[in-house]
Amino acid sequence: MLYREAGQFKTSYAGDMAIFPIRQDRIGLAILLAFAFVVVPLLAYFEIGPFGHDYIFKAILIPFLILSLAAIGLNILTGYCGQISLGGGAFMAIGAYAAYNFSLRIPELPLLFSILLSGGMAAFVGILFGIPSLRIKGLYLAVATLAAQFFFDWLFLRVPWFTNYTPSGSVNAPELNFFGWVVNTPAERYMLALMFVTVFAVIAKNLTRGNIGRQWMAIRDMDIAAELMGIRPLYAKLSAFAISSFFIGVAGALWAFVHLGSWEPLTFNIERSFQLLFMVIIGGLGSILGCFLGAAFILILPIFLDQVPHAMGVPLSVETVSHLVYIITGALICFLLIVEPHGFARLWAIAKEKLRLWPFPY
Amino acid sequence: MEGLGPFLEVLIGGLLAGVLYSLVALGFVLIYKASGVFNFAQGAMVLLAGLALVRSLDFLVAKGLPFEVAVVGALLFAGAIMAITAWLIERYVLGPLLNQSEMTLFMSTIGATFIIEGAAQMLFGSDVYPLQLYPTDAWIILDEVFPGGILISKLDVWGAVIAGVLVAGLAAFFQWTRTGRALRAVADDHAAAQSVGIPINWIWFVVWLIAGLVAVVAATVWGTKLGVQFSITFLALKALPVLIIGGFTSIPGAIVGGLVIGAGEKLAEIYLGPYIGGGIEYWFAYVLALAVLLVRPQGLFGERIIERI
Repeated sequence: MLYREAGQFKTSYAGDMAIFPIRQDRIGLAILLAFAFVVVPLLAYFEIGPFGHDYIFKAILIPFLILSLAAIGLNILTGYCGQISLGGGAFMAIGAYAAYNFSLRIPELPLLFSILLSGGMAAFVGILFGIPSLRIKGLYLAVATLAAQFFFDWLFLRVPWFTNYTPSGSVNAPELNFFGWVVNTPAERYMLALMFVTVFAVIAKNLTRGNIGRQWMAIRDMDIAAELMGIRPLYAKLSAFAISSFFIGVAGALWAFVHLGSWEPLTFNIERSFQLLFMVIIGGLGSILGCFLGAAFILILPIFLDQVPHAMGVPLSVETVSHLVYIITGALICFLLIVEPHGFARLWAIAKEKLRLWPFPY
Repeated sequence: MEGLGPFLEVLIGGLLAGVLYSLVALGFVLIYKASGVFNFAQGAMVLLAGLALVRSLDFLVAKGLPFEVAVVGALLFAGAIMAITAWLIERYVLGPLLNQSEMTLFMSTIGATFIIEGAAQMLFGSDVYPLQLYPTDAWIILDEVFPGGILISKLDVWGAVIAGVLVAGLAAFFQWTRTGRALRAVADDHAAAQSVGIPINWIWFVVWLIAGLVAVVAATVWGTKLGVQFSITFLALKALPVLIIGGFTSIPGAIVGGLVIGAGEKLAEIYLGPYIGGGIEYWFAYVLALAVLLVRPQGLFGERIIERI
């Protein structure tokens, strides 16, 4: 019996349609945001506790935020619109290289715009590779998205124009200057990623609640029936591809600029695509919250397997850890598909439901 | 005649290499045909089979057994490992997912892929292990017609012969045996097959076992070609376009698809590659497959997709 929402009546349509209709949820979210936006930077500034070290920002928080954003993008396509995609890594790469080339070739362009434009570029390519989805579906489409993955892997590796003819193929991000705010320290980078992710998560949440999101879900649940009801598959599918790719592209640009700083084409290979897909499946198909949970899990599992046996005095070798990560991830995916196809997000919802009545479940 | 010799050499090499892709693609088709599951784990199964094979072979040879006996022993061991894998997958992954959608089953095999990859490397090690079961030198034919003749790798020919035998055997199995027909019934409709008394769990075990044995065969060929190593799992990704072109449900389609991909890939690399930067083998097969999909969404030989509400 942590909280009760008894007595909270919705007296207006706006109240009924709010993202978080329950007051306690709003308070909880406000506390979470306040912690992320105010407390964490303050702790970092005064170097208190774990947030005093750069490690937690560099290895956990920044990758977590950016991968969550990419997972949101993939979830729009796979979780909401039902089009399975194995090309997430490719769209991250497009975002990264587009942002690099925009900032390199048009130096007057503010960095924010080059990042957003790189998302637009990814969206454009997403539409191109989404066109086959109008004719093919399911497994065949998954293979078509793999085509995107392999093609762009090759493109950025072999066509030197994209990497500005650097001999090694590895490129460096420019100085991160957002209208005068030069982002340098890990804590600042964290703030930047946090702002992007917050804004885009809100956008995604609202998109999926609205008209277009419902069209996606109708297509996902049964595309022929949706078409008979008057939903245009062309518009619904391609918009899902475009918006999903936009999100993933922006995440890719952030991953390259904010997290890595310098990168090479193989950063965004097929492993990344699988990683994103796993985040979405484990976190929960068709849930924005699930993206964060899935990203956190996939990111923390290897660190956990590395650190905990170490702390207990039985350090595992690097190889064993990576094999164990494979086994556990795979087993968890099978387990979740069998037991709870909606992933962690659904488990969280069930837990909340149970706690609401606890300890008197009647 | 000047350009014909090299052209033929590339073409034949490509066709034979394509048959080797078909060997992997066959495993996919078998499982899809018999259970409606798109088995992404096939590449991982080839890795597991190869590792089991090469490690037990090394072990037996080190024990002082003659090579031929050791090969038989290693093949039996690899077969047993694949049987155990088939049983585990059926029992713990697919069994509980009976009657779920195709997509769910597909994602569960991605999960299985990761388990197999991790477990195989943990059990048998993760280095590159050389394997030598077939001759690896080459024949030179037609050297009186073309200057220099045409080079044909013996290993590729062996692979092609093995693939041919496998296809003939499997086609006969599906067409004429009781179990084979039961497999096709299950593929059509899980629930309907169950209701006429087909033991679906047993059928699934059988089909995964066969796919595992095909993986062992593929592992002998590919292991000899590349050495047994982790990158063998990427064969699964190479085999996907083959499947797309041939159709998911057609065993001959897997062979034809392999031929098309193999020849197209090599020819494109030689004649198109220099103009656009080389290394296009990497994605050309996929683009070819996409082109086929746009014209025939079910592949060249696949069953027509009929949609009902």
